Amino acid sequence: MIDVQGLKKNFGKNEVLKGITTSIKKGEVIAVIGPSGSGKSTFLRCLNLLETHDEGSILVEGKDINAMELHLRKKVGMVFQHFNLFPHLTVLENVTFAPQQVLKISKSEAEREALDLLKTVGLSDKANSYPSNLSGGQKQRVAVARALAMKPEVMLFDEPTSALDPEMVKEVLQVMKNLVKLGMTMVIVTHEMGFAKEVADRVLFMDDGKLVEDQVPAIFFENPKTDRAKAFLEKVL
Amino acid sequence: MNLDFAQLVPSIPYILYGIWVTLQFVAVSLVLGFLWGTVLSLFKIGKITVLRWFADAYTSVFRGTPLILQMLLIYYAVPQLTGVDIGAFSAGVLTFALNSAAYISEIIRAGINAVDKGQKEAAMALGVPYRTMMLKIILPQAFKNILPALMNEFITLTKESAIVSVIGALDIMRRAQIVGASNYRFFEPLLLAGLVYYLLVMMLTLAGRVMERRLAKSD
Repeated sequence: MIDVQGLKKNFGKNEVLKGITTSIKKGEVIAVIGPSGSGKSTFLRCLNLLETHDEGSILVEGKDINAMELHLRKKVGMVFQHFNLFPHLTVLENVTFAPQQVLKISKSEAEREALDLLKTVGLSDKANSYPSNLSGGQKQRVAVARALAMKPEVMLFDEPTSALDPEMVKEVLQVMKNLVKLGMTMVIVTHEMGFAKEVADRVLFMDDGKLVEDQVPAIFFENPKTDRAKAFLEKVL
Repeated sequence: MNLDFAQLVPSIPYILYGIWVTLQFVAVSLVLGFLWGTVLSLFKIGKITVLRWFADAYTSVFRGTPLILQMLLIYYAVPQLTGVDIGAFSAGVLTFALNSAAYISEIIRAGINAVDKGQKEAAMALGVPYRTMMLKIILPQAFKNILPALMNEFITLTKESAIVSVIGALDIMRRAQIVGASNYRFFEPLLLAGLVYYLLVMMLTLAGRVMERRLAKSD
């Protein structure tokens, strides 16, 4: 579904991605892990054109993503580390905003779908609250519902639990697990190793802008091939 | 002390009618200034170099020269060049709108820049087009942050509107001066004019607070 070839990205003189090649199949759940500054988030953001790559190519269903900006973003949902909910809109308005504005769905239909989504993330009772009245975990669940409201084919998660208090992590991971069960294609940048091991079909281990290992989690976590992955896992596990 | 307000009484309605003139003047300049200021601020944060350059130069000129000079230029010099006499009221409105747009564009630009970058990214990731994102996501949040500064600008505009009296527009100030000149007594009408301006500004301040409170409902 997504083919990445020789992806390179510079910030000024700093080469953040040094040639990433991989592919993501429909229905796959990919965990992207690695130390800070390894380029994980940049890689993820390139998949959604929040960053434009300098070299290489990204094909989504055979089409170059540079040629399909808005159309691409309708297909790809994104959940951010810091939620980025719209603070001046209620929870319900946050979820219905894009379907109404972008997909031109009627307000009543958007609201009906939004309430369904809020139900699946367990926040039906918060529909008319403002984001500032929600806990971090609740905000992130709304953010997931907001992304799902666009009926994406792929969901990107950029460290979705890193900004959360520890007791809130579980509720967000549970929502993501439910998505996995529904067969959603997901790319998750995460530091939650237990979660990656449990749900991921493949683990991409990145270090210093390179894709160092691309492996099924059972093998990666038990028997990493490279020294860098070994050293990383020793520190985090 | 030699104050005689009794003599002023017959002229009070005449001066108070100036409130209507001043309010019209301020309201029109304010709306035009705000709209043009918003456009300029979008030029400033936009990607088109020519527009950015234009907006910066514009702001620099209008902030860098006296308001009264700008007004006299528009009122006296433009007719000299074009042969079109635009009248005191229109000349005043035009000057004030053009001038306050320069200040407002800076206020709005700062307000837009203060909105978290994540808001733009979230909107982009949802496929929201630039225009919609600006109008419905970024500007409402920016507006909330800058409301106190905007109110300040509007208050300044209300008070400074008194200088249109120089080109003869019949606002509160001009009327107070006319009454003063015909009675040979200036203190009383000017005091009344001062009181009227003060009350206008107080009303604006109050309106600003109410608006701030309404916008704060999402906090």
